[in-house]
Amino acid sequence: MKQYEYMAKGILAQYGIPIAPGQLVESPDAAAEAVRDLGPVALKAQVLVGGRGKAGGIQFAQTPQEGAHVAQHMLGMLLKGYRVEKLYAEQKLPIEKELYISVTTDRNAKKPLVMASSAGGVEIEDVSDDQIVKRHVDPAIGVLPYFGREMAQALGLHDVVFKEFSELVVKLYRIYREKDAELVEINPLAVVDGHLIAADARLNIDDSALYRHQDVARVDEGSDLEQKVHEIGLAYVELDGDIAVMANGAGMAMATLDAIQYFGGRPANFLDAGGGASVEPTAEALGVLVTMKPKAILVNIFGGITRCDDVAQAILQVRNTVGIPVPLVVRLVGTNEKEGVALLNEAGIQAYSDMAEAAERAVGLAKEAL
Amino acid sequence: MAILLTHQDRVIVQGITGNQGRFHTRQMLAYGTPVVGGVSPTKGGSNVEGVPVFDSVKEAVENTGATASIVFVPAPFAKDAAFEAMENGVRLIVMIPEHIPVQDSIDIVNRAKTTGSTIIGPNTFGVISPHERSKMGIMPNHIYQPGPVGVVARSGTLSYEIAFSLSQSDLGQTTVVGMGGDPVAGQTFITILEQFRHDPATQCVVMVGEIGGSAEEEAAEYLSVLGKPVVAYLAGRAAPAGKRMGHAGAIIERGKGTLESKEKALKAHGAEVVTMPWQVADAVRSALAR
Repeated sequence: MKQYEYMAKGILAQYGIPIAPGQLVESPDAAAEAVRDLGPVALKAQVLVGGRGKAGGIQFAQTPQEGAHVAQHMLGMLLKGYRVEKLYAEQKLPIEKELYISVTTDRNAKKPLVMASSAGGVEIEDVSDDQIVKRHVDPAIGVLPYFGREMAQALGLHDVVFKEFSELVVKLYRIYREKDAELVEINPLAVVDGHLIAADARLNIDDSALYRHQDVARVDEGSDLEQKVHEIGLAYVELDGDIAVMANGAGMAMATLDAIQYFGGRPANFLDAGGGASVEPTAEALGVLVTMKPKAILVNIFGGITRCDDVAQAILQVRNTVGIPVPLVVRLVGTNEKEGVALLNEAGIQAYSDMAEAAERAVGLAKEAL
Repeated sequence: MAILLTHQDRVIVQGITGNQGRFHTRQMLAYGTPVVGGVSPTKGGSNVEGVPVFDSVKEAVENTGATASIVFVPAPFAKDAAFEAMENGVRLIVMIPEHIPVQDSIDIVNRAKTTGSTIIGPNTFGVISPHERSKMGIMPNHIYQPGPVGVVARSGTLSYEIAFSLSQSDLGQTTVVGMGGDPVAGQTFITILEQFRHDPATQCVVMVGEIGGSAEEEAAEYLSVLGKPVVAYLAGRAAPAGKRMGHAGAIIERGKGTLESKEKALKAHGAEVVTMPWQVADAVRSALAR
């Protein structure tokens, strides 16, 4: 779960990392007010996507009138596909130098990774490797002050900035651990009047650990429909095609999308009904697909723990209640296959046993519906 | 022959009195797994499916000589369960739960380096060795058969699909292993391939991968050492960047973890990469014939 910049900065501040004075702004009037309070400001679009500066998501205002004018223009604008609903008005910083620092999880090393660079202010992917200092952390030991000092040294820092940077590494690692972060990043980490200050911040929290962070603000960046399905506890991603898909298990669901594309169709969504789902959640998931008004629906089930007769019953339940007004293709094999197929056949629904055939059929039906 | 799990392993079930623990204990016993005990704090002295239940792993190991444990406790308690197993000398630990916090997984897999335990998962369907008639996991019993193919997968149902199609083509399996769908897991493709390399019964390996991370790219480098034919199928061609496709680990982030990069690396190192799951069996048959 990503946090907005202003939320991430709130957490940095809790850990004693310096941030500039700022205010959350949701109207032109509030922007004018912010300039009166703070003096010249940067108005920063609060969107969950990197590279917003280049896309016009950071603008400056010297006077309250200018603040209102700029906010009027920015609020509601579309930035890299994200609607701007909030701005963060932050005191304008006379930045002398821009550094980079992050703590993240290295999936291959299975350890935390601290990365820092004296070439901050651009996306770290665009910085050449020889300008990045990388160090893994032994999770049993954590980050002690010497670790921070060694990184500061490797970056060639001196004096006050050396000391502040060393301490910041320790604090940032504490945030990573204590807040179950997938990523905590300060970019740029600015030098202002000879001191370090977090000019921007990214914080992504591990979804699986949210239960132990009741104090962290909840942000669901999904579309309305995605949020609705997430609430029933299913993994769901909206895509731009017209064939709705339900499968059991994340891998199978991905493979089903691939199969639709393979036969020249376009999947409308990713939906994992679970590796061992029973009748109710399966029916609920299928109900959601019907509301999307797709050109066809493909249900692809390999019954391992999932029982085919449960799936068949879920399908019939949805058909008999809300109805399924679009072509439905069902592929059903595995545990209790005979019972499941019999249930569907009785209701006049054909069941495929071959995944390829079923996917091809669904693509064909969607094309006929054009 | 098999890797990781043989019929010598004596298995305990942590969380045996829960719904999942109970159900899968029955399935594992039915398959032939020597399940010798269960652990459920405060339920010691009872039994599940005829298997004695203990209050702690320590007690279970002392009384049964258990060498392996399968963990079914809810995710928030999984770190505790894994450490309890590791500190009591359990050699093989299969972590079934999904949604274990990544920080907990980091602690578990790093500790395992010291204790010498082998962690499978988390968020895995487990491991099954058809020759040995032993399984530790939640996979259906009837879709496997003994044979020369090793399978290593990130995803459960997708691996079932592929194992079943192999069995139907009379291409049985030595061992089928699930690495799990989480970003941090006990095993990588490489550690499993190393095991298959040393198993004389395994003549061909099937890798079932997906978008996210770079485990497939890393594994590609190892294929020349493996010295056995590899057939790979990867899921997620149609997945958009920046979206988590069900598995916590299945996400293309900041341009990393794309299917193209994985397929390219595997092909460059001699793997036969197929585009669809139903093409795996034919590719394995050709590889074995060569």
